[in-house]
Amino acid sequence: MSTSTSSRRSRGRAAPPARPPARLQLHLLAHARSGDKGDTANVGLIALEPEYYPVLVKEVTRARVARHFRGMVSGVERFELPNLGALNFLLHGALDGGGTISLKTDAQGKVYSTALLRMEIPVPAALARRARRGAS
Amino acid sequence: MNRTVRIAAGQGFWGDWLEAPVRQVRGGPIDYLMMDYLAEVTMSIMQKQRSRDPAMGYARDFIPLMERMLPDVVGKGVRVVTNAGGVNPRGCAEAVLAAARKLGLQGKVRVGLVTGDDILGRLDELLAKGHPLKDLDSGRPLTDIRDKVLSANAYLGLAPIVEALARGANVIVTGRVTDTGLTLGPLVHEFGWARDDWDRIAAGTIAGHIIECGAQSSGGNLMRDWRKVRGLENPGFPIAEARSDGSFAITKHPGTGGVVNLASVKEQLVYEMGDPHNYITPDGVADFTSIQLRQAGKDRVEVSGIRGGPRTDKLKVSIAYFYGYKAVGTLVYSWPDAYEKARRADQVLRGRLRDLGLEFEQVLTEFVGVNATHGRLAGAPSPDLAEVQLRIGVRARERAPVERFTREIAPLVLTGPPSVTGFAGGRPAVEEIVAYWPALIDRTEIEPHVHVDVLQA
Repeated sequence: MSTSTSSRRSRGRAAPPARPPARLQLHLLAHARSGDKGDTANVGLIALEPEYYPVLVKEVTRARVARHFRGMVSGVERFELPNLGALNFLLHGALDGGGTISLKTDAQGKVYSTALLRMEIPVPAALARRARRGAS
Repeated sequence: MNRTVRIAAGQGFWGDWLEAPVRQVRGGPIDYLMMDYLAEVTMSIMQKQRSRDPAMGYARDFIPLMERMLPDVVGKGVRVVTNAGGVNPRGCAEAVLAAARKLGLQGKVRVGLVTGDDILGRLDELLAKGHPLKDLDSGRPLTDIRDKVLSANAYLGLAPIVEALARGANVIVTGRVTDTGLTLGPLVHEFGWARDDWDRIAAGTIAGHIIECGAQSSGGNLMRDWRKVRGLENPGFPIAEARSDGSFAITKHPGTGGVVNLASVKEQLVYEMGDPHNYITPDGVADFTSIQLRQAGKDRVEVSGIRGGPRTDKLKVSIAYFYGYKAVGTLVYSWPDAYEKARRADQVLRGRLRDLGLEFEQVLTEFVGVNATHGRLAGAPSPDLAEVQLRIGVRARERAPVERFTREIAPLVLTGPPSVTGFAGGRPAVEEIVAYWPALIDRTEIEPHVHVDVLQA
């Protein structure tokens, strides 16, 4: 990439500055809904545009989601649904016992969806510009 | 054959919008009205009500609704399929018949009554036969909590609904039939799908999943572009227009609010999802990764391509048992330093609970406005918050410490940090906790006991 940039420069064309990837909050790239099964919350994370889905697949990894929710959940599983442009996360131990046992306001995990949307991921600069435009 | 069958969702849970089913019946042509009343813990609430009054134990709201709708239901030839029967489907069915007679609809209402899901009376027999009914989450055997069990119901599938329809019922009342079975049953009846036509079984299941939570697939609770969702004052509940090949469209009546689009359907598809390749029901296993969606006009999404696999030899059982007690108390602290005051109040209260020697399984403090929904992910709050609600919950196996806790909230108003309000509701109530115990059982233990009666008004 640096090679092509310098070659363009050598021909004297106005080259866009090489931009490092931007960091974007997921709510600019996806919408989500969550629900519960016992003490497990699920979050379905749905790409807002088809071209965002591969970025979600690459960056919203199981490990990164587990880190995001560290101290709040005991384990994370991830499933891919390319047909819906969606990822499904199971957040185990997320509901403080779940169902009627839990004392939490969000005992049924209804807004874990939005808690995931707080996560930041690195995103190619052009895609970040588009996502920010789309959100405004 | 291009015939379509229109199944309209009327209720997504016990407590859903009461106008919805009436508007579904009156707002345009439908063939079936499907009403799902049973969430995981609903059965135990109904069991509690039945233990106080043997005539109760079903979704009582369903009866006045039927009184409003029956003339239209009968006049238009709509068939109603519901699991409103809860733990007393017979009582529910009889109440529907009484409503029909009151409306002068004798001879026009045939109620299909499905029983056999209730295995509370068979638990010891099943345990003795070597079915451990282990908790699917913890793996513990049911014997650990046997003496605390309040209700036990197997999840039934499509078969009894198909039988009731074939015998001419126009109102079908069940107990614990799966949410999706209420949609799948009518489709199997209408199209004559084979019980092992796994792709079509999966398709009908997914149609059911999309509409079973009512408006949650037609603009309600829709996150994407929520500001653009119009007319939620009169939300159109979803309707599945199904064809014999297993494809279907999701739509809603014209002139209603909300929206049916790719986003609204996708959000509902992922709701409460586990492993998307294996969505297990009594009738088959659906693969959510096979679903193809297409916007096919305003408020119309076409769904196709669905694949499925064979049913398993187990049925899920939903067991409810008495767990203990809990209470939640709240107070509101105002600017300035609202959060700091609320935190100090929490400290003071916890200190007093400790000094009283009260023992709890858990004490949970949340600060509403700061961290109640997102915990530490919400970050540090603004020092300028207008108010913070202190919300403290306690849980114990015994009633006494919880009872005493409920008397320790009000004193904080005069004995704790200042600028506190929001205690108009009085002492918090002590709640009995009825917990959920999901298990599996061989379907051969259940299916021979499932029975369909058709009762004439």
